[in-house]
Amino acid sequence: MSIEQKDIAKVATLARLAISTEEIDDTTDRINKVLNLVDQLQAADTDSIAPMAHPLDAVQRLRADSVTETNNRDGFQAIAPATEDGLYLVPKVID
Amino acid sequence: MSWETVIGLEVHVQLATQSKIFSGSSTAFGAEPNTQASAVDLAMPGTLPVPNEAAFKYAVMFGLAIDAEIGKESAFERKNYFYPDLPKGYQTTQLEKPIVGPGRVEIALDDGSTKDVRIHHAHLEEDAGKSLHEAFFGGESHGMSGIDLNRAGTPLIEVVTEPDMSNAAEAVAMAKKLHSIVTSLGICDGNMSQGSMRFDVNISVRRPGEPLGTRTETKNLNSFKFMEECIAREVQRQIDVIEDGGQVVQETRLYDGASKVSRSMRSKEEANDYRYFPCPDLLPVVIEDDYIEALRKTLPELPDARSTRFQSDYGLSAYDANLLSADATTASYFESAAQQSDAKLVANWMMGELAARLNAEEKEFADNPIAAEQLSALVARISDGTLSNKMARQVFDHLWTGESDVDAIIDKHGLKQVSDSGAIEALVDEVIANSPQQVDNYVKADEAKRPKMMGYFVGQIMKASKGQANPQQVNAVLAEKLAGLL
Repeated sequence: MSIEQKDIAKVATLARLAISTEEIDDTTDRINKVLNLVDQLQAADTDSIAPMAHPLDAVQRLRADSVTETNNRDGFQAIAPATEDGLYLVPKVID
Repeated sequence: MSWETVIGLEVHVQLATQSKIFSGSSTAFGAEPNTQASAVDLAMPGTLPVPNEAAFKYAVMFGLAIDAEIGKESAFERKNYFYPDLPKGYQTTQLEKPIVGPGRVEIALDDGSTKDVRIHHAHLEEDAGKSLHEAFFGGESHGMSGIDLNRAGTPLIEVVTEPDMSNAAEAVAMAKKLHSIVTSLGICDGNMSQGSMRFDVNISVRRPGEPLGTRTETKNLNSFKFMEECIAREVQRQIDVIEDGGQVVQETRLYDGASKVSRSMRSKEEANDYRYFPCPDLLPVVIEDDYIEALRKTLPELPDARSTRFQSDYGLSAYDANLLSADATTASYFESAAQQSDAKLVANWMMGELAARLNAEEKEFADNPIAAEQLSALVARISDGTLSNKMARQVFDHLWTGESDVDAIIDKHGLKQVSDSGAIEALVDEVIANSPQQVDNYVKADEAKRPKMMGYFVGQIMKASKGQANPQQVNAVLAEKLAGLL
């Protein structure tokens, strides 16, 4: 499988990454190398193997339902670029 | 030519856990902004999610309640999109291996029949935070949005139905039934105005026998009334588009309940490409058979079973039993009130006067100021003849405005009905003696006109008794006395 420049441009937009026209050739090339590696892996016969949901063959541990966190708003907001009335401020977004 | 409507629902149910799905932050509603948002909820680098056992328990309970297969091994995916109320840049959700597989829910239709609505699956996921777009502080607007992440990470199950509903009434019946199931299970507080349950409605129309039409999705409806209005309008909009020679565009729409219009939010071309992939931070969760069976045994009574029991134990009609059993709070109120008094009368008062008053004051049942014991005492005084229906409504008014004891209200406001036959006879005699002209007219009148003329005497007698005479007895005694004068 190989990927074209327009695919890279789309993925970059979705991931909110700025990739300049100078970089896009190189980026496409490098991602295609990764995909080639995936192609090699795909060639392995896995018919008799059940897919795993996670590379570690382990089971998730769960925690009891209790409130263990306390309010640390002031601490978190001290490093935020902009806050007001306890809210984090971000550039206006309306869907 | 006629049209067929096809409706499917996606329902977000906030689970009533104490803490969030992946962190130990509180999920309590109404706290100061961002005071319940921890490092995990804020997606601080280096943090890792640890799932909440109760969220899985509640999801399994829901699965058992709808006869679904439980996902013994359930896994999480990342659904990627950028929005400031989702600080990680993805929502942790389930796609390939949801906790609840296919199931079914039976709904009652207006004509008395029932219909099965298939559930495609239900999965666990985290809620997002809230964005405040309006001028949210002191009316000042400075082009910024405010973000409150208290809700971020609140556990949700998203219930996805098959497109099995064919009109607004069925969709609303399904929404109400799901509300009834999750509140009866105690896994959701069911508070719609606080967003504890939110409905997305997928709607398409087609000519009978034709393949499915293009659908639109209207998101985030949080009242049954809005849902009904929204479906009616969207169905008409789609029919108009097609009949005018156009095509329905697959899109996401938002419904504004105040202005009753829906508008396009985004169309398919710009639809999000979520690039789901397995979440590397979370291992698969394994649910053991023993665990499922233990939960099945402790499952509380579900609305269908409760409705059947109300019909057999209290002699209620199916319609009344369905209404009173739908919500756990209403059902337990009914049962407490019906312990000591006439159950059918309690049911009538709950669905009549009480429902009307709550409706008029736009109150939820939980805000009902009259305790079950008070309603029970009121009904007991109707049953034993102390109160006429009219008087009972007056006592009800006093209870509603804060007086507490039914018998004290009856004494204080002189609302006791006079059913003593001697006293009523004396009143009747007195009024007849004081109304010679009317008695004369009555005797001389046509027989057909007499029943109407009796009204005058009844009015005078009720007035003389200060409204306390038992009206049935007054009518009987009066009829007898007047007949004796002919």
